[in-house]
Amino acid sequence: MNDMSPDSYVTPDGRTIGGVVMEMKNITLRFGGVVAIKDISFDIREGEIRAIIGPNGAGKSSMLNVISGFYVPQEGEVWFRGSKRPQMKPYEVAGQGIARTFQNIALFDGMSVLDNIMTGRLTKMKTGLASQALWFGRAEREEIEHREQVEKIIDFLEIQNIRKTPVGRLPYGLKKRVELARALAAEPKLLLLDEPMAGMNVEEKEDMSRFILDVNDEFGTTIALIEHDMGVVMDLSDRVVVMDYGKKIGDGTPDEVRGNQAVIDAYLGVAHD
Amino acid sequence: MPDQLLFAIEVTLNGLMAGVLYALVALGFVLIFKASGIFNYAQGVMALFAALTLVGIQDGQVPFSHLINAIFGTDVHHFGWHVPAVLAILLTAAVMVLFAWIVERYVLRHLVNQPGIILFMATIGLAYFMEGFGDLMWGADIKNLDVGLPQGINETIDETTYNWFGYGFFIDNLDIAATIVAVILVVSLTLFSQYSKQGRALRAVADDHQAALSVGISLRFIWVLVWSIAGFVALVAGIMWGSKSGVQFSLSLIALKALPVLMLGGFTSIPGAIVGGLIIGVGEKLFEFLIGPLVGGATENWFAYVLALLFLVFRPQGLFGEKIIERV
Repeated sequence: MNDMSPDSYVTPDGRTIGGVVMEMKNITLRFGGVVAIKDISFDIREGEIRAIIGPNGAGKSSMLNVISGFYVPQEGEVWFRGSKRPQMKPYEVAGQGIARTFQNIALFDGMSVLDNIMTGRLTKMKTGLASQALWFGRAEREEIEHREQVEKIIDFLEIQNIRKTPVGRLPYGLKKRVELARALAAEPKLLLLDEPMAGMNVEEKEDMSRFILDVNDEFGTTIALIEHDMGVVMDLSDRVVVMDYGKKIGDGTPDEVRGNQAVIDAYLGVAHD
Repeated sequence: MPDQLLFAIEVTLNGLMAGVLYALVALGFVLIFKASGIFNYAQGVMALFAALTLVGIQDGQVPFSHLINAIFGTDVHHFGWHVPAVLAILLTAAVMVLFAWIVERYVLRHLVNQPGIILFMATIGLAYFMEGFGDLMWGADIKNLDVGLPQGINETIDETTYNWFGYGFFIDNLDIAATIVAVILVVSLTLFSQYSKQGRALRAVADDHQAALSVGISLRFIWVLVWSIAGFVALVAGIMWGSKSGVQFSLSLIALKALPVLMLGGFTSIPGAIVGGLIIGVGEKLFEFLIGPLVGGATENWFAYVLALLFLVFRPQGLFGEKIIERV
C-alpha cells in the first residue's frame, strides 16, 4: 500500500485496508415523487470488499447507478480519491477508473469473449483516431500490450477455452464471468458488482465468490458489491451497508450488522402495531 | 473462343463493376446499421447531397442563391472562382462531418433509447429534409460532376482483348476507377472496424448502449464518428454515380438498389455489402443476357428484388450477417 493513511488497518486474514477512496455524502435520489435513496452516507476504503445489502426495492442498484454515473442524485456529494466529483456522464466515470457489471448482464452479444474483454481496456488506450485509422506502428504495439493484459485476466478467470466464442452463445454463469473479466480489464480503482451471483447455482456461486476474493487479494482491487445471498455477503465482505426502503439502517462489519435489530427486522419482518 | 462466350465474359465484367457501385451505396447503410442499429433511409440522399455540395463548391456556386436573390432582390449565382477538385472534395468531406454533428446534436440525441423503428422514421424525415435542403442550397438543375476521373472506353483493354480473342471488350475507365476506390475503401474500413480501438467501440455501441457506457465509450462521439464515415462513403458513392450519370435528384433513388444488396450481404457485414453488390451486379447483367431475351427483356428492373426475396425466405441474416443466436 503506497499511501498508508493513519487510519489504515490490517484484516485478520492479512490484507491491508487503506484510507477512504470513495465517499458518498447525504445522497438523495428521487424519481418523480418516489424517493429511491434517502439521505445516505457511507464510505468505501481502499482494498476492501464493501457490500450493500437489503431487501428487494431497497435502492441498492440505484446506489450503484449513482456511483457509476448512470443516475444523478438530486442531493448529496460524491467524493472520489480525495476530491468532489462534478456531475459526470457514465463514460466519464468509467474513464476515472470505476468499472462495473450489471444485474442483468450487459455484454456485447455479437462479439467474441476476447473482443468483449478488450473493450474494457478502451479507457487505457492512448492512441488517437488518426493513428488508429492509419494503423501506424504505435497503435499496433499498443494493441499487443493490451492484448497481453487481457490474456492474463482470461487465464485468471479460467475462460481460456471460450476466448473466441461469441458471447451470445455462452451459458449464464460464464456470461457473468466474462462481464467480470471486462470490468477487470479496465484495471479499475473501484469495481462495482451488481448482484454478481444472482441466478447462479451453488457451484457457480462458489466459483464466483472465489474469483471475487482472488481479484481483491491478487490485484488489491477495491470492490463494492450488491448481493442478496446473506451467507455469501457475510463470508466475502469486510464491511456491509444495509439499506431498506431507501434508507440506511445499518453499517459495519458482518458481525455487527448481523446483530443489528433494525437489520433483523428488515429481513425477517416485524409486527407493526 | 466463341463470340457468345466472350460476350458473356464482357457482360460479367461490366456486371462486376456495376456491382461495385451498388456496394458503395450499401456500405454506407451497413456502417450506420452496425454502429447504431439504425437503418438509415437517408443514405441515398446523403450521396446526392454530397455530390451537389461537391459540384457547388467546385463551380463556386453561391449557396442558397435563389433564396438570397428572392429576399434581397439581388442577382448572385456564382462567386466567380473555381475550386480544384481535391480541395473541393476535402471541403465537402468537412461539410459531411458537420452534417454528422448536426444529426447527432439535433436528431439522435433526443431519440436515445427509442426503438429502432422510431429512429428509422426519423431518418425518413431526415431524407426528405435533406432533399429539400439540397435543392434550396444548390438549385434543382442537373449538374455535371467532373473531378478528373478518367471516363470512356479503356483503349488498352479494348486493344489487348481484340488482339487476343478478335473481340474487344468494352470496359469503362470510370468503372475501373470506382472499383479501385471501392477496394481501398472497403479494406481500410474493415481493418478499422475489426482491429482499431474506435472500431471496437463502434461495434460495442451497436450491441449494447449501457454496457458501452460502462466501459467508458462516449455514445455521442461514436455517433458523430459513424455518421461522418457514412457521410464520407456517401460522398464517394456520390462522386462515382454523379460522374457516371450527372448529379440529379434521381440519384437519391440508387438507395433502393442498395436494399437487395443488403439483404444478400447481411446488414452488419462490410465484406457482405461488397459481395452482395457484386452478386447483384453480375446476376442482373447475366440474367438479362441469358434469360432476358426469352421473357421480353427488362429483367434488370426486378431481378435484384426477387433474389433478395429468396434470400429473405431461406437465409434471412444474409450471406455474411451476424448469426441470429437464440437461446431457449
